[in-house]
Amino acid sequence: MTATAPHDAAAGAPAAGRLLELRGITKRYPAVVANENVDLAVARGEIHAVLGENGAGKSTLMKIIYGVVKPDAGRMLWEGRPVVVANPAHARAIGIGMVFQHFSLFETLTVVENVALALPGAPDLARLAREIERVSELYGLPVDPRRLVHSLSVGERQRVEVVRCLLQKPKLLIMDEPTSVLTPQAARRLFETLRKLAAEGCSILYISHKLDEIRELCHRATVLRAGKVTGHCDPRRETAGSMARMMIGKDLPHCEHAPAREGGVPRLVIAGLSRGADDPFGVDLQDVHLTVHAGEIVGIAGVSGNGQRELLAAISGEARLGGKLPVRICSVEAGRLSPGRRRRLGMCFVPEERLGRGAVPEMTLAENALLTAHRRGMVRAGMIRFRAMREFAARCIERFGVKCGGPEAEAKSLSGGNLQKFIVGREMLQEPKLLVVSQPTWGVDVGAAAFIRQSLVDLRNAGAAILVVSEELDELFEICDRIAVIAKGRLSPARRAADSDVEEIGQWMSGLWEADDNAPPPAGHGSGAQRAARA
Amino acid sequence: MRFVSPLVAAALTFAAGLVLFSALGRDPLAAFHAFFVQPIDDWNGVAELALKAAPLMLCAIGLAIGFRAGVWNIGAEGQLAVGAIAAGWLAVGFHGAGSALLLPAMVAAGALGGMAWAAIPAFLKTRFNANEILTSLMLVYVAALLLSWVVHGPLRDPQGFNFPQSKEFHDAALYPLLLEGTRLNAGVFVAAAVVAAGWWFMERSFGGYTMRVAGLADAAARYAGFSARRTVWVGMLAGGAAAGLAGVGEVAGPIGQLLPSVSPGYGFAAIIVAFVGRLHAGGIVLASLLMSLLYLGGESAQMTLDLPSAITGLFQGMLLFFLLAADVFISYRLRIAAPARAPREAAA
Repeated sequence: MTATAPHDAAAGAPAAGRLLELRGITKRYPAVVANENVDLAVARGEIHAVLGENGAGKSTLMKIIYGVVKPDAGRMLWEGRPVVVANPAHARAIGIGMVFQHFSLFETLTVVENVALALPGAPDLARLAREIERVSELYGLPVDPRRLVHSLSVGERQRVEVVRCLLQKPKLLIMDEPTSVLTPQAARRLFETLRKLAAEGCSILYISHKLDEIRELCHRATVLRAGKVTGHCDPRRETAGSMARMMIGKDLPHCEHAPAREGGVPRLVIAGLSRGADDPFGVDLQDVHLTVHAGEIVGIAGVSGNGQRELLAAISGEARLGGKLPVRICSVEAGRLSPGRRRRLGMCFVPEERLGRGAVPEMTLAENALLTAHRRGMVRAGMIRFRAMREFAARCIERFGVKCGGPEAEAKSLSGGNLQKFIVGREMLQEPKLLVVSQPTWGVDVGAAAFIRQSLVDLRNAGAAILVVSEELDELFEICDRIAVIAKGRLSPARRAADSDVEEIGQWMSGLWEADDNAPPPAGHGSGAQRAARA
Repeated sequence: MRFVSPLVAAALTFAAGLVLFSALGRDPLAAFHAFFVQPIDDWNGVAELALKAAPLMLCAIGLAIGFRAGVWNIGAEGQLAVGAIAAGWLAVGFHGAGSALLLPAMVAAGALGGMAWAAIPAFLKTRFNANEILTSLMLVYVAALLLSWVVHGPLRDPQGFNFPQSKEFHDAALYPLLLEGTRLNAGVFVAAAVVAAGWWFMERSFGGYTMRVAGLADAAARYAGFSARRTVWVGMLAGGAAAGLAGVGEVAGPIGQLLPSVSPGYGFAAIIVAFVGRLHAGGIVLASLLMSLLYLGGESAQMTLDLPSAITGLFQGMLLFFLLAADVFISYRLRIAAPARAPREAAA
């Protein structure tokens, strides 16, 4: 087969300029068909979107291209020649780079050591560090090459992954949900990077569920549904709604959001929390004031790595109990309580990391339901009630549309978004009085994201207090009643969402809110009063 | 696949044993027969097999509870010795009282003694974050010296011609024999009951579940609010109690008194048993029988083949190393490649 292959139905790119072509790719797993007879063609210098819901087979297809997964049938042409990618090292050698959704970094090594591992031979670390700084500067992805990976936030880890790929000057860059952890400004910078790369002739395969982004960035899109190609389009000529229809086969549900009821009791009160980070590279929290009342959703915006992790750990109780922290949960001084005791007060929590923290990878979904929901009748006299456990998991799977092989499926066998749905569902089904959610829809497709947001609003209407930490401003504005911004360990006063907008909150994200706000956050427990004054 | 590797390891151990025997100039088949068949070709042999398997499975099930939670108790040998001392002290102190309560009291004392010894590394771990592998291992040697002091000093038999040993225990302080003409005693029921309890705890109870979560994903256990201290304490104390019971089984069983040494390394061999048994109750029973056979075979080989006593340890070591190797090769594939050249070739 030569580069001038006959123009088949699947291909939209001119045959001569094709960098990559997939024909009839099929991959079956015991429970599901991940890809069925998928055709895909990517031209040189093209930014090509692959759209689809969670479990539609996007990630599997990318892993096949990158040599992680072997297809059962079908062939792949690279620069017009048939190629069988043996493994990721081979893929990198022929010029394919990939940024995974689940990062593949060694936590105990530094950034520069991680990058060095992906390069052939033994590079000089000092020179490589300078190179990393140069590339990260050039492409607006600031990262300190000497830091240990385990101390980095999710957003910073992603920057490392992107920089690592760029260092290898790939011909094809695969990006799996790259902007999910970036600010709007940073995402725009990344787009400039990608456009620049594309102009230099590098092709980009771009997986994302953010339809607006795809419309802004991509030249062509291939839509997958349930493992099959359901269409091609030029995203620049489509609307977000029309692409969502191609993707999920129906219209997007709209989030119903009535104004919050005023005057709920405070369920979470943080009164002047200052705390040095446990981690030398962590962020110190400085005088954080925050109140979340029953019947409202408060959002915390900010770029990852600005203290979100530390603040959430102080709320959840996972932070090492040094001294007494000024945290009240459901009117109880909770500063010294363990995470388990705080849950007993009626708090539930969705953490940022799904595998290994929100869920045990090697355990089944039923066993993972037991992890936090065990107080809901799953344990009697120290014995596990297996039926109650399986029923809860099955209910969660059904209510939240988790695509999986049932309650006995291992957590690690689920795609990221599906596991997220399961964890969010597990916490919500416990009918919490206070729900703290970090990145509620990270990596979740549009249909499921809309469902999760609606569920959060419904839970609020039922009287729960909800705190959402997210880096997606649109999401926060869609569901939140009040929004605060965290920057460099300081938390801004909370603004009523209706009185603010994306521009203002975006500016606050760089830490400049005193200029906008003539009253600096008062010392002592002022958050409630502050809210009343502003309302 | 995880459950295949113990079988592969056992088969490789047998095969390597054959090679070893022929290298030593013995007829491999005859040696094989002497090592693995002869020890159990009569009822007495089978009784001995069960007798030696009992302390192994006791120690192993206790250790497995900790190992599953990532609590690395390496000191079962010492906890066994302290359990034996505690039970032996009662047996000597109430010698001749003839009470039916003496044996149950010894069982309880043995378990408590093992737990007390295991509590030291647990305290050091939770209070000072001292590595329990090191502290529990070091305490093995302290326990051995403690036992030595006991049989040289306070509990030495006055009529024992100054031999470092205690009085022989009264019948009321011994497990009743089960089979006439063998040494098999009621201690095997204790072992079976503890293995069943261990299975129940690990597979059916919520406490066991929290331990498994702690072992699989530390951050998830913290997130769910399971106490890390509790995990360490439960893991260490379970191992200590079970090892202490094994110690009681030895002194109230085949030995019948306190001696300067009460165990031929059961506490260490049990670590191998626990891993060969994949940290599961059923697997541990089978693995303890295999390990027991290696002990018997070692003795038999010394007698009939004129091989040194180190042969037992050699086979134990081979079994462990083959198991570890099998686990590695099941999870990873060995590829011989020149990493610096491969990319250029592929790019060409």
